[in-house]
Amino acid sequence: MVEAAPRVPDKRQMSKPARRFWRNPASLIGVVLLAILLFIALLAPLISPDPIAQDLSQRLKPPSSQHLLGTDQLGREVWGRVAHGAIISLQVGVFVTLLSVLVGVSVGLFAGTLGGAWDNALMRVTDIFFAFPSLILAMAIAAALGPNLTNTIIAVAAVSWPSYARLVRAQVLALRDREFVEAARALGTPQVSIALRHLLPNTLTPVLIQSSFDVGQAILTAAGLSFIGFGAQPPTPEWGAMVSETRNFISEAPWASSAPAIAIAISVLAFNLIGDGLRDALDPRNTK
Amino acid sequence: MLTYIIKRLFFVLFVVWGLTVATFFISQILPGDPAISALGDKATDEMIQNFRDKNGLNQPVLVQYFSYVSRLAVGDLGTSLRTGRPILDDLRDFFPGTLELALAALLIAAAIGIPAGVLAALQQNKLPDVLVRLLALIGGATPIYWLAILLLETLHNKLRWLPGPGRLDAYLIAPPRVTGLVGIDAIFAGDWQVWSDSVMHLILPAFVLGAFSAALLARMTRAAMLETLNQDFVRTARAKGVSNSTVIVRHALRNAFLPVLTVLGGVLGGLLSGAVLTESIFSWPGVGRYVTDAAISLDFPAVMGVTLLAGVAYSLINLATDLLYAVLDPRISYG
Repeated sequence: MVEAAPRVPDKRQMSKPARRFWRNPASLIGVVLLAILLFIALLAPLISPDPIAQDLSQRLKPPSSQHLLGTDQLGREVWGRVAHGAIISLQVGVFVTLLSVLVGVSVGLFAGTLGGAWDNALMRVTDIFFAFPSLILAMAIAAALGPNLTNTIIAVAAVSWPSYARLVRAQVLALRDREFVEAARALGTPQVSIALRHLLPNTLTPVLIQSSFDVGQAILTAAGLSFIGFGAQPPTPEWGAMVSETRNFISEAPWASSAPAIAIAISVLAFNLIGDGLRDALDPRNTK
Repeated sequence: MLTYIIKRLFFVLFVVWGLTVATFFISQILPGDPAISALGDKATDEMIQNFRDKNGLNQPVLVQYFSYVSRLAVGDLGTSLRTGRPILDDLRDFFPGTLELALAALLIAAAIGIPAGVLAALQQNKLPDVLVRLLALIGGATPIYWLAILLLETLHNKLRWLPGPGRLDAYLIAPPRVTGLVGIDAIFAGDWQVWSDSVMHLILPAFVLGAFSAALLARMTRAAMLETLNQDFVRTARAKGVSNSTVIVRHALRNAFLPVLTVLGGVLGGLLSGAVLTESIFSWPGVGRYVTDAAISLDFPAVMGVTLLAGVAYSLINLATDLLYAVLDPRISYG
């Protein structure tokens, strides 16, 4: 067999999407916001070694040089708790998305590659999950498994995977009759190998775009679950739980519930901006 | 067209069946015990046994499932383990509240989102566009429960401009039930004080619930309008000397409305099942609050009832959206 000549990468072409991404001010802002969040999350143990330590003599203190974001109704440092919350929320967002991508991509790849009855059956299951009221299902799962962070991740992932299944299946259907796939088939490459080595890598761009949006949405949903008591439980410094715990003190200490809420908004915004940037940069119609 | 509608209605039935299988077996796999949850930790073994016998929880899983489905076939959703009432009666009481809230939220979302999206597209890259995009980004990222708490604190507690939680002020009596939508029933009863009070109570929760959807609609409308404004037929209309407003409303917006319609359908479907957070903050007697209480008590029959209701609503709204597509766009035909 003649060995193919090594391809000389065209530097200009290869870097086009990356260049488009970095030149887009919105995606840059997204990356900077995410970097700040990561930085705060990494420094959290230094900012506040014990985010649940109470000091009732310091309760409901407004933001000052001593208490950067003020204190809550139990005298806990809001800044320290928000920093620790960043670790939790980023973890939840990333793990939920990883789990949904894993399940959704597997289902979509399997359905699209095998086709026929398998495709039909798997896609009908996906249709059913689409019709599920997601927050209600997540609530029911979280309630039955017990309200904690791990179960929140499982519950939110259980309702987030179907969009990946549809996305990947559509990609696979568009690809499976293409020449490179037919060539692999003609060479006797096993079905599994075609799916994993030829089809999967070509479906990952839309998955990447979708997942960057979904990290933010997962953070928002998980915080919502914690807010109504189905997620992380007090005194865990989880942002949704923090808003819930301090909501009755909004008139005396608006900073206590606003700081974690703004932190949620910033992290969702960061992932949405990155998602927008990736979509614009990777869109083949975009030739700028 | 009729064949298409019948086919789709069969699909709705399939989805409902799928939802019964999925929810039922999820409720079996999950470890929580509804008997202990309903009776409390201090319940004796005998009490738990009686509860399980009474509610058929001791029967084999498949027997439980088939008895559930056969009851469902005659419109019996079962009895709530928490309220002890037929779930259908509970839903009849709570669904109108959610429907009222969802429709008002949809109206607010459309009234803000669509014009904002059109304005942004017409003023692309100018100040209004930047502002709309910024607000849409912030609106899409803000946790609605925080928005709810802030608005309640300022507009109700501090300024007293709007009433607080609930559907009516405590001193008012709800009008006799006709539709279950308090505003409409008040009109039927000719009780204008109740009508105006119910509308005032609706503003805050509907705005909070609609804010996220307004952001989404603004983004979608902007994108769809930009796409349409660049089409040849718009250029032709302009070249023919058609007035700017006619080009925008009759040519561009009409065509841009199709993708927006899909979003509107999705938004309504989402609002009907997604009002959980808003209803819990505003003490709104709707399905969201009902299902939250049901989930806390592991009242799975009630959770399943709400899931089915939301699934049917979602599927029917999708069907209606697709049919509206065909009405609005003569190029689309369903045979």
